[in-house]
Amino acid sequence: MAALPNVVDRAEKFEKVCSILNRFGRRPSGLIPILQAIQHEYQYLPEEVLTYVATSLDVPPARVFGVATFYAHFALEPKGKHVIRICDGTACHVKQSLPILEALHKTLGTSEKNKTTPDMMFTVETVACLGACGLAPVVVIDEQVHGQITPERAVGLINDIRAVEALQQTAATAAQPAAEECHD
Amino acid sequence: MTNANLVSPTTENAMGSATLPQVRRVVICAGTGCMANGAMKVFEQFKHDMADSGLNVILELRPEAADDDVRLSKSGCQGFCQMGPLVSVLPDGILYTKVRSEDVKDIVQQTLASGQVVERLLYKDPATRKSCRGFDDNPFYARQNRLVLHECSFLDPEDIREYMLHGGYESARKAFVEMAPEQICKTILDSGLRGRGGGGFPTGRKWEAARIQNSPKKYVICNGDEGDPGAFMNRSVMEGNPHSVIEGLMIAARAIGANETLVYVRAEYPLAVRRMRQAVKDAEREGILGKNVFGTGLSMKCEVMEGAGAFVCGEETAMIASIEGQRGMPRPKPPFPAQSGLWGKPTIINNVETLAHVCRILRVGPEVFRSIGTKESPGTKTFALTGHVANTGLVEVPFGTTLREIVLNIGGGITDDAGKIWKTGFKAVQIGGPSGGCLTEEHLDLPLAYESLRSVGAMVGSGGLVAMNQGTCMVSIARFFMEFTQRESCGKCVLCREGTKQLLTLLDDVIEGRADAHTLELLETLGHAVQAGSLCGLGKTAPNPVLSTLRYFRKEYEEHVFDKRCRTGRCKALLSPEIDQVKCKGCGLCIKACPTGAITGEKKQPHHINVELCIKCGACATACKLHAVEGV
Repeated sequence: MAALPNVVDRAEKFEKVCSILNRFGRRPSGLIPILQAIQHEYQYLPEEVLTYVATSLDVPPARVFGVATFYAHFALEPKGKHVIRICDGTACHVKQSLPILEALHKTLGTSEKNKTTPDMMFTVETVACLGACGLAPVVVIDEQVHGQITPERAVGLINDIRAVEALQQTAATAAQPAAEECHD
Repeated sequence: MTNANLVSPTTENAMGSATLPQVRRVVICAGTGCMANGAMKVFEQFKHDMADSGLNVILELRPEAADDDVRLSKSGCQGFCQMGPLVSVLPDGILYTKVRSEDVKDIVQQTLASGQVVERLLYKDPATRKSCRGFDDNPFYARQNRLVLHECSFLDPEDIREYMLHGGYESARKAFVEMAPEQICKTILDSGLRGRGGGGFPTGRKWEAARIQNSPKKYVICNGDEGDPGAFMNRSVMEGNPHSVIEGLMIAARAIGANETLVYVRAEYPLAVRRMRQAVKDAEREGILGKNVFGTGLSMKCEVMEGAGAFVCGEETAMIASIEGQRGMPRPKPPFPAQSGLWGKPTIINNVETLAHVCRILRVGPEVFRSIGTKESPGTKTFALTGHVANTGLVEVPFGTTLREIVLNIGGGITDDAGKIWKTGFKAVQIGGPSGGCLTEEHLDLPLAYESLRSVGAMVGSGGLVAMNQGTCMVSIARFFMEFTQRESCGKCVLCREGTKQLLTLLDDVIEGRADAHTLELLETLGHAVQAGSLCGLGKTAPNPVLSTLRYFRKEYEEHVFDKRCRTGRCKALLSPEIDQVKCKGCGLCIKACPTGAITGEKKQPHHINVELCIKCGACATACKLHAVEGV
């Protein structure tokens, strides 16, 4: 029984990939836009999808993996529900963006190597420059740009998200008391 | 040109504006910076409050608008990002800064209804403490010469008809209908326009080289992969005036005989991607792009491609590889892309800003373009002024303007970490990002141009200008750039791949106190080797920040190496915190604050720090009320 949902999942997964491949005409030259569309769909590039793409485009998997690992925008690991990006461009850097990163790592228990929290709630990453240098230092949380951030304000923003998540969690458990037990 | 001409929508740029009624207009900046600060909320509030107060609000361009109509519109980035959200009232020329939705009521009631200025929302010059009413008396704007950025400050970037009413696509029409390709190339060559992406190669020569190629298929690519951290000139133009980019591409395509163009935009600029895509769609709908352009029977296509986050793709041949679906690795030149580029066909790649200049050159003629700037570097250049300056934002000035004018006058002076003016705080300006170098106080009166900068070991680059105050450690800054180029090196050339890594390690040695006399020598030798042994611009220029800081701030390096001391206190490993035995009253606050238990001492007796346990976090210094902790 356990294998069945998995098979369905996978079939669905490849169906979506197929429609993306068709949209870009299944040409190897469209590899980057194809991977971007797949990442848009799954938030990351699952390994099995990459090999599937390689077979469909009739190119060696090494070519697809080569491209996927070359560009910073592509993620091979799943990301957390909330993605926090700290700008470490020159302007943000001279305006002390590193203490913000340290504060976030500290409050979330993440690090340079482990960018995502074990509960898959938060991912912390740095980005070279967002072009919002006038507002340095800048933090982007789920595509929302926050300018002139301090370590304290950054932690405050995280706590806000945590509060909202906790509220939703309680609402969900209240609505469905018999649901799976909460691991938090 | 008078200052007033630079910003009001009645300049040479606005060709068709003579026929437009001068409707009162409220413009809300909708660039990335202002949007982050809530510009859209302000826009909605205006919509609501203006309608409430009985004003005749129009949200769309209407050439037949009546005198009492008030137009409400969004614009692209107006450049004064730090003071956003910006709201300007035209033609009055009033500029309000840091406008919140609760301020909107006052603007509507006082300014729109009774012509009064809302004093508290005006920008206050931090140097003179005087309020500035609008663009003309605001030192940030009045000292600029905004030609490329001009239209960004009032045009609605999402409205093609407005662009066209202001003379948009006239240059493209001229290029297609009235001019022969060789004539266009000659006009651009005569103008002396040089590529604004960094290298400064004459644009006309590049075009001519592609024009004379005998190939049925050619391509024009717009380089919008502005990867230089700390620069956002191209973002602002793509967001604020996307049609000028398309128009420039069309002119370039006509000049070399191409019918396919492509805009390669950095993925970190989602708004620019969206606006460029929208602009292409609108241009197709209006019949400007497509088959039979301007009735000439020629076709023109434009595609927008989003980059995937690789700095090296700003390099021409790497960008071509990326468009072809490969890893973005550069290849040796020649053959130059103008001979064999995308899919092996003649291709020219121009920077966003270069293309925006092209539109203007065709409009005003090469002589007018040449009339400002220097002989070798004519025209204006936009700079992204950031870092420790009072006014950060986008600045457009003629080539030949001095650093003093840009940083101290337009920028309003150097600030400390808290943002207060620091009169004697100037230390250096990093120009050209990771490929550039730093300029010091002795260069303040150096006219900025391609040649002058090269002579002092820096480069114009794409135009990032990061001002740094005395509290900035130059070794750390060099390390910051080296870490960036090391990470972004594509790995093709050994010297770039391994050399940058070793340079970074050597800089870490300096910063963490392991360096000796040999280290600095090694840094220089290796730096020159990386420059010589790399294929593309990334590797060739990667050691620049190190070499240039070594040249101008050698003493600071030597202090790190020989005295094991960082004068700014930024290099933590070199700190040696101590407790002043006289000042310390033994209150124990530092003991409580110390996360590693490195501080010991009896109550009411002077405390001590155990250097072995100390992680130099500075918590003790922050906790101490008597300022007894020194050296952190």
